[in-house]
Amino acid sequence: MNVEYLVQLFSDHTMQVVFLGALVLGVTAGSLGAFAVLRQQSLLGDAIAHATLPGVGLAFLIIQNKSPLVLLIGAGLAGWIGTLLIKVITEHTRIQRDTALGITLSVFFGFGLVLITLVQKMPTATKAGLDKFLFGNAATLLVEDVRLMIILSTVIFSILFLLWKEFKILVFDQEYARSIGLNVHFVDIVLTTLIVVSIVIGLQTVGVVLMSAMLVAPAAAARQWTDKLSVMVLISALFGAIAGTAGAITSSTISHLPTGPTIVVYLSIFVMLSLIFAPNRGLLWDWIRGYIQREKIRTTSMLKNLLLFSEIHTDPFHPHDIAALDAIGRGTIQKTMKDLSKKGWAKQFTDKRWALTPTGLEEAKRLTREFEENIYVEPSI
Amino acid sequence: MSSHQFDIILLASVTAVTCALPGVFLVLRRVSLMSDAISHAILLGIVVAFFFTKSLASPWLIIGAALTGVLTVVLTEMVIQTQKLKKDAAIGLVFPLLFSIGVILLNKYIKDVHLDAGCVLFGEIAFSPFNRLIVNNMDLGPQGLWVISGALLLNIIFITVFYKELKIGTFDVGLAASLGFLPVVLNYALMTLVSITAVASFESVGSILVVALMITPPAAAYLLTNRLSHMIFISAGLGVLSALGGYWMAYVLDASIAGSMATFCGIIFIAVLILAPEKGLLAKFIVRKWKKWIFASETLAVHLLQAEYAHAEDTERVVGHMRDHMLWNDDYTSEAIAQSLKDGIIRKYGNKLSLTAYGREKAKNIISKE
Repeated sequence: MNVEYLVQLFSDHTMQVVFLGALVLGVTAGSLGAFAVLRQQSLLGDAIAHATLPGVGLAFLIIQNKSPLVLLIGAGLAGWIGTLLIKVITEHTRIQRDTALGITLSVFFGFGLVLITLVQKMPTATKAGLDKFLFGNAATLLVEDVRLMIILSTVIFSILFLLWKEFKILVFDQEYARSIGLNVHFVDIVLTTLIVVSIVIGLQTVGVVLMSAMLVAPAAAARQWTDKLSVMVLISALFGAIAGTAGAITSSTISHLPTGPTIVVYLSIFVMLSLIFAPNRGLLWDWIRGYIQREKIRTTSMLKNLLLFSEIHTDPFHPHDIAALDAIGRGTIQKTMKDLSKKGWAKQFTDKRWALTPTGLEEAKRLTREFEENIYVEPSI
Repeated sequence: MSSHQFDIILLASVTAVTCALPGVFLVLRRVSLMSDAISHAILLGIVVAFFFTKSLASPWLIIGAALTGVLTVVLTEMVIQTQKLKKDAAIGLVFPLLFSIGVILLNKYIKDVHLDAGCVLFGEIAFSPFNRLIVNNMDLGPQGLWVISGALLLNIIFITVFYKELKIGTFDVGLAASLGFLPVVLNYALMTLVSITAVASFESVGSILVVALMITPPAAAYLLTNRLSHMIFISAGLGVLSALGGYWMAYVLDASIAGSMATFCGIIFIAVLILAPEKGLLAKFIVRKWKKWIFASETLAVHLLQAEYAHAEDTERVVGHMRDHMLWNDDYTSEAIAQSLKDGIIRKYGNKLSLTAYGREKAKNIISKE
């Protein structure tokens, strides 16, 4: 892809609209997703997204036009009712949360499908209208859609900004929130409503089926890079924006490529890279830390064993045969001894015999002392 | 009823029962959403297998899809084990990716009337009966019916043979492990069963509505009984009811059959949620109201008994006293007294209350219980 092509792409009006829509969506969903992931409500987004479908169908059936505002209000209401149902089921029966989510998700979606088949039989309906709500089609975004998305996301960010502290306490310590007199119930409802709205603005671009990934994936990736909520929200918004725009542009330029799945693939790349390479939390650093730790244990335990060996002899610097050391070195003896000699703790004599150096002796004694001091012996009663 | 309609109803009912059977254990083991994850992810297996076999009827399709289902579980477990993400996020990341790859491959590379993005989501049960299984020029009925019946048979055999293991493994993981039942193996066996069921139902009801058939009837049954064996049969029964009701609804409205079945599952669930004896919302509401007055009249009886013991009947058993002593308001006091009179616990002369013999016995019982 060369620069000229990109310039041409971005000077195209449709592409500008698609780009802007995906950008707004990515930033909004990414930011709110951070809260969903931290509250372990990742799958709530999936249920809400599916639950919006009957709202879209019903709004279309009643109003009989495709005004984006009406469809989105319908979707939002349906999503909200779905959330309410989940709450009622989990709070008043012994049915578990995941079952409540699954019931809402599938039943609402099924009902939505019934309504959509009814819509498609209407003489006024244009058939291509509602399909995009399933897998999303960024290319169908119009200026008025994007205008509405911008308005809604401005509202979302205003509330997020105003209630930042309340949301933060809710996410991390609900008990504390309650104890300082915060209306947890109300804040919870506001936050969930914001998530519903953010899902609603993504329906046309990503579709109901995969909208939840738009919330979860950027946040899950961002979580790996930081322990601070504010930073996590920013990174999540950034990931959402990049993957969203990249996915929307790719799917709009290549034929037969639905937008939702394309964005999910981009998002998943971010998640995988973050899981592996994120500083400190990434798996790569886990492996490196583990390697260093194993190396350290290997050399220091050998050093302590040398001390034990030496105590048999009167001379602490008595050279030992490598074969004898091998018995406790478990096969890596050559490497271990070389590592020790590099540190100046051991030195090699002729005919493969090794001995402690004075600094090695000091270090071995120190380690042994440290080890003994750190052993906690259960006091016997 | 035409034979075409009969085929659809039969197919829908068998599918509903097949889905409900493993669904019971998903609901009880609190892994309901794995059905959602698996039913989505198997699309990748189906598409890849279709790519090689060029046929939707090939058994490789079922094998490939079932493998993808198990792969989803394995991958999700792997992500959870890194401890970088919580379980819900891990599920919410793995299956969308596998599903997305499936949808992209489907859209880009497969042009087939029987496999498109729409039917992936909701199946084509109305067209299933057209796809007949013909052996030696003999029409053996819809091919889909044979596939789903095979899955049903497999589910029945598995649950019958491993009933004890499933039961203990579901309700007491610790005991199951100590008896040597290998909970991990059991879990993967169940997930394989879910995958096979999802593939077999895929053609008829697609990947999202299969979730409705798998977990909604068992969830409703869970509110109706405490016995595993009853729950299995009730789930299957409610599944059939959903299939019949759903077909009828689709027929009346002329709408999607699979969608109507899912909707009917929901209607049955909501009805059970409200009306179930003991565990339903209505029953709970009534019991709570009722308990409140039981408590009030018992408190009153104990109070009167203690007044008798203390020979303070004259001051303590006056109606107006209840307000000061128990801090009851007037409405509550008169309702509690009315309730107690009705239950024959107390007698009332003017504004004085006294225990009946029955009430005294009852009050003594309550005190001795404490």
